[in-house]
Amino acid sequence: MASGLRGALALAARDIRAELRSRTALTSALVFAALVLVVFNFARDPTRLGVADLAPSALWITFAFGAMTTLNRAFAIEKEHGALDLLRLAPMPREAIYTGKLLANLAFVGVVEAVALPLFVLFFNRPVWHILGPLLLVTALATIGFVAVGTLLSAMAVRTRFAELMLPLLLLPFMLPPVIGAVQVTARLFADRPLSELWGWLRLLAVYDVVFVTISVLIFPAVADE
Amino acid sequence: MRPSDGSLLTAIDLERAFGARRALAGVSLVVDVGEAVLLAGPNGAGKTTLLHCLAGLARPTRGTVQVGGRTLRAGDPASRRRIGMVAHQTWLHDDLTLLENLAFAARLYGMSHPAQVAAAALERAGLGARSGDLPPALSRGMQQRAAIARALLHEPDIVLLDEPFSGLDAAASAALRATIAGVAGRGGAVVVVSHQPEEVWEVATRVVGLRGGRVVLDAPTAGNSPAITQPLAELGVG
Repeated sequence: MASGLRGALALAARDIRAELRSRTALTSALVFAALVLVVFNFARDPTRLGVADLAPSALWITFAFGAMTTLNRAFAIEKEHGALDLLRLAPMPREAIYTGKLLANLAFVGVVEAVALPLFVLFFNRPVWHILGPLLLVTALATIGFVAVGTLLSAMAVRTRFAELMLPLLLLPFMLPPVIGAVQVTARLFADRPLSELWGWLRLLAVYDVVFVTISVLIFPAVADE
Repeated sequence: MRPSDGSLLTAIDLERAFGARRALAGVSLVVDVGEAVLLAGPNGAGKTTLLHCLAGLARPTRGTVQVGGRTLRAGDPASRRRIGMVAHQTWLHDDLTLLENLAFAARLYGMSHPAQVAAAALERAGLGARSGDLPPALSRGMQQRAAIARALLHEPDIVLLDEPFSGLDAAASAALRATIAGVAGRGGAVVVVSHQPEEVWEVATRVVGLRGGRVVLDAPTAGNSPAITQPLAELGVG
């Protein structure tokens, strides 16, 4: 257990250090997120579609696709020079590899979201200070869900010839439940609806997280050894 | 398979199939304490596949691998701790310096003071001055030396080396031979895959020849007799 936690933290720290040096995934994800927001902002006809109608979807499309860009790299970097074998040979449970990758991916996606949110406020002129707490909660719950699945699927997709195409194909169906839930909650937050209307969706997101984190941890050893 | 009491590494009837092709077809091998085994054979003989099975990186289709008498399983980190490996690829991360790469490996093995351990290992490998460099800035030989240093970082009992002399100059090759002899001498065991038997011959205690996924030669190297050199030549590695 201790070796697993130690290994997971070492792996997450290594991935973050490597990403900070190369900035490959974060730069592309941030540029992508900014582009999506710009396109949404300028493609909207303000006389036909109000900000409130479009904003929740625009925000979550930005988050989801920005995340996908970073997830693609999670195991691709291990393929270089066969580095995944170093992790597989190390004296730690296979689950620690998954946990380390999940932690690093959550950090990367968190950065993308932390940068994209102020851009969203800027482009959509939609202040979020008064709903920041619940918005951060729903963001955390939805992000954990699709990043958990995305990390597992990234490990599967990296073994295919077209990994960068394969991951979105595999991940999108699994992304729908948390993204739909998050859009529903965000729309209600922007409409200043009472918090009591949100609990159902938040519970659904929490259950999704528990179920898919558990399934991913259980399945990953078989994926790593395949 | 030779009978053995002090075996560190045992392969029992290993078979590994890729579709219809069998890369290993019933390989059994016992590696004893203090042995340095040269694993030789032509391309496609199954040497690398065997090494991956011995390390637990490839799951045999049939048969088992034992480390110190204990079956090697994917869910058994304790057995893997005893193994160090240099593969075809260096397993070095391009965006981390040599020091960071080795310190990361030290952390994975739960070593205390990983940065100091990594720095000392790089010094021993003659790479102390390049410890702050990224792997792509180094020659293939230097990367190989770093990979060897990384594999030996946790002082494994069992060292598996796949073409470890690749890219090494004469001095580094001599140092690697001394390392192989040192691991065997302190009660460990080494298995070396090499197409250049002369590189490892002076420290190898035994040669095992593979062809078509089967063991076709298993003999001590002492004496360098025609009984060994002739079959090695037939394997295309003599």
